[in-house]
Order: sequence, then C-alpha cells, then structure tokens
Amino acid sequence: MIYAKDINENTPWQDLTPGGEIYEPGTARLFNTGSWRTNTPVFHEEACKHCMLCVPFCPDSAIPVKDGKRLDFDYMYCKGCGICKEVCPFPAITMVTGGVVK
Amino acid sequence: MSHRLSGNEAIAYAMKQIDPDVMGAFPITPSTEIPEYFAQYVANGEVNTEYVAVESEHSSMSVCIAAQAAGARAVCATSSCGLALMYELLYVAASCRLPISLVCVNRALSGPININHDYSDSMGGRDSGWIQIYAENNQEAYDNFIMAMPIGEHPNVRLPVMTCMDGFITSHAVENIELLETDVVRRFIGEYNPEHYLLKRENPLAVGPYDLSPYYMEHKVMQAEAMKAAKVRILEVAAKFEKISGRCYGLFEEYRMEDAELALVLMGSTAGTAKAAVDKLREDGVKAGLVKTRVFRPFPGQELARALAGTRAVAVMDKSEGFSANGGPLFAETRSALYDLKERPYLIDIVYGLGGRDVKVEDIEKVFGRLADIAVTGEIGPLYTHMGQRSKGGDR
Repeated sequence: MIYAKDINENTPWQDLTPGGEIYEPGTARLFNTGSWRTNTPVFHEEACKHCMLCVPFCPDSAIPVKDGKRLDFDYMYCKGCGICKEVCPFPAITMVTGGVVK
Repeated sequence: MSHRLSGNEAIAYAMKQIDPDVMGAFPITPSTEIPEYFAQYVANGEVNTEYVAVESEHSSMSVCIAAQAAGARAVCATSSCGLALMYELLYVAASCRLPISLVCVNRALSGPININHDYSDSMGGRDSGWIQIYAENNQEAYDNFIMAMPIGEHPNVRLPVMTCMDGFITSHAVENIELLETDVVRRFIGEYNPEHYLLKRENPLAVGPYDLSPYYMEHKVMQAEAMKAAKVRILEVAAKFEKISGRCYGLFEEYRMEDAELALVLMGSTAGTAKAAVDKLREDGVKAGLVKTRVFRPFPGQELARALAGTRAVAVMDKSEGFSANGGPLFAETRSALYDLKERPYLIDIVYGLGGRDVKVEDIEKVFGRLADIAVTGEIGPLYTHMGQRSKGGDR
C-alpha cells in the first residue's frame, strides 16, 4: 500500500497510485495551504480570554486548542481571511498586511 | 444456442447474462433500445441490477463513475449526441481508472440533425482514454461486450471499455447469432474484486483528487502505460474467449491478406460489404484483401504495419470526417503506423458513408479499381477524397 506521506514532488510515476487515488483519510493535514496567505492574523495571548469563539469560525484548522486553551495560529493552514479577528470580542487578534509577520 | 436478435437485443441479453450491479440509464432518444430492453429484465426481476434512470447522459456516466468507484460493476449504453454529452465524464472515468463498460451505438453527430450511422460520435471520444472495440455484426457486438469486463478490470489495465456497433445497420437489423450459456458467461466474467473501492470499510479511499502540475503528468504516464498493457490483455481475453465460443478475435481481422497487393483498411459493418467485393475481385484474379480494424484504442500500429507490409496500394476508408483537412482519423493512425516500414505501400483516404449514406459492393470495387491504377502508375492522385456524395463531375 502506498501512503500519502510517502508521496511527494520527487516521487517517480511508478510509485504513485492509479488515478491519484488516496488510500487513507485526513491527508489534507499534509497539505500546506498557508502559503496562499496575503494578510496575516497575529495572536496577542495576554488579551485572550479563551472564549473559543474564534475556533469554530476559522474555516480551516489554523487555531489549535489544547487543554481548553487556544494556542497561537498554525500558519500552515491559515489563509489570512481575518474572520477570527472580526469575531474576537477582545483585542486578542490583529491583522497585518503580507503573508508573514515581520 | 442459435437465435435471431438485433444488435441492441443481443447487447441487452449479454447484460442480462452478466447481471451487472448498476446501470446508468438515460432510456430515451438519443439513447438506444438497450436500456429499454434491459429495463424489462429489471422490471421482471430477472437481474439484480440497480437501474438508475437519470436526466441526461452526463448524469448516466456520472452514475457509472460513482458506482464503479464504490466497488460495483457499472454498465451504460448510448449513442450519437448522447455520447457527446458524456465526453467530459469519459475523461473522468478513464483518468480515475474505473473499468466501466459502455456500449456505443455509432450514429452521426448533429448537425445537420441526423440519426443514422457513422463514427463521428465515438471518434470524438477517441482521445478520452477509453479502450475502443468495434464490431462488424451482431455476433461481434455481443462477443465484444462479453470480453469488455475481463479486459478493462485487469489490474494492469484498469481502463473503461467502449464496445461499438453500427447504428441501425447492426443495432436494429435482426441476424442469426450464437449466444453463450449464461453460466458460461458468468464464469468467463468472474467476480469483480478491485483492490480499492469506496465501500471497503477497512481502507478509506479518496477518488479523483485535485491533481496539480507536480503530479498530473505522472498520472497521465500511468494511464498511457495502462493503454499499452491493454493490447496484451485484449489478446489474452480473446484467446480465452475462443475456448468457450470457438470464435477467434485479434486486434484486427485480416481477410484474404496472405498475398494481397491491393488492400482496404476500414471498420464495422462495411467489412461485410467489402468482403463480398474482395471475393468477387479474387475470382477475377485481382489480389485484393481487407483489414478490418477491431481495436481502435489501443491502436495496433506495429501489427497493422506488418499486415500491410507486402501490399502495393492501400485505401483507408473513414466513416467519420474529422475535419483535419488531411484525412479522417483512421487514415491518420494508419498512415502514421506505416511510416516505419522500409517499403511503404501507396496510401489514400476515402471518407464515405457519413450520416448513413449507403455503400455498396460496387462502390468498394471502384475503390479497388482506383488502387489498381495507383499500383500500376505510381500516381496516387488526390490523397484524401470523399465517396458517395453527389458531385459535378463524379466523386472527386
């Protein structure tokens, strides 16, 4: 069986799956979509009350949660849409222009 | 079993014998009688097939793609603009490597609106990645369909198979036909056991993912290799089929080609007419022969070149236009195949029979007459001409 984690842009055609079939679930995790970002949210932890409103509003998986607390952004999936900033009732998220925080 | 059936009846009966899991069916014009006859078997409880009636051929092929991906055997039948409406999905089926079986009853494409036979429909799908096998008569249409699944489903192939027959000439004309016993057909087809399918619980599967430039090329190479492998598999299946039926099939049929100097390359029911012309000419001492194309995809280029190597003049007869301004699709393939021969025969293309325009034994004899002139003079004249149309000053 050929696993998605073993396939990359250097894999020869003989080692790919017919029709690009994927034989396991959840492989979108391996796909870096954060590179599409043109604006970037910045997390200010000191202002965050961990109300968790931003988490379900994030259209992707860019806000990890651990032990009831939101962590800093996972920029691998963040496309910079800014929805989290709009729904945050506190000054815990600000947006900066550009794909990276300078 | 000896019977008398139309081509459509023969295919519907073959489907009944196979008892496929799913049929994507659009059972009105421009489809064929095949879904209609098959619907009766479904209604009578004679098959276990899930018969999915849909609103268009785009949808009937979509049903087949989904069903086959789920792990089912899916069949479909269509014709003419129905196939044209399916083109987008033909590519999806082939690139997802789903061995769906489709019967195409070849009829002209609009416009002008016409319902009669030529190959413009399936020739429009010739680059879609489907295996294409053409029949001369009802018997071959039945036999080809029974061979479709063992060809397409083989792990080295995994490609959809389109078996084609001539609209009305074959699909509606009633002919004598030898049918196999149903248990023989079932054993020949066997169970469909794909390694991966959507309903396999222990192994979740995603089919048809987005495939950008770092991967698309590699997947197309895999598809191209599968089409090459199909040639071998088609012959393996034909050999097995001969054992159960006594009927022998190759990539094409050579008729009186052993010492032929003048030859035709054509496909479908015209072969019957052309065989009569060849026989007649042979009686007059003319070394005439015929190659009847059976497998058009994969195209048996090297084999065809060998078959034509000893000839002096060859006419390819195309029953679809193609509008390349350089000859029809069968001509393009044949001419390309002959390029590697050290000594090539003279070659011309004749486009004929469009929209059901009749072709008679005398018409074929005229083509051989032209080949005889070419063989003597070495002058081929116009490379690509039409035959059978009304013209001021004759066919040319």
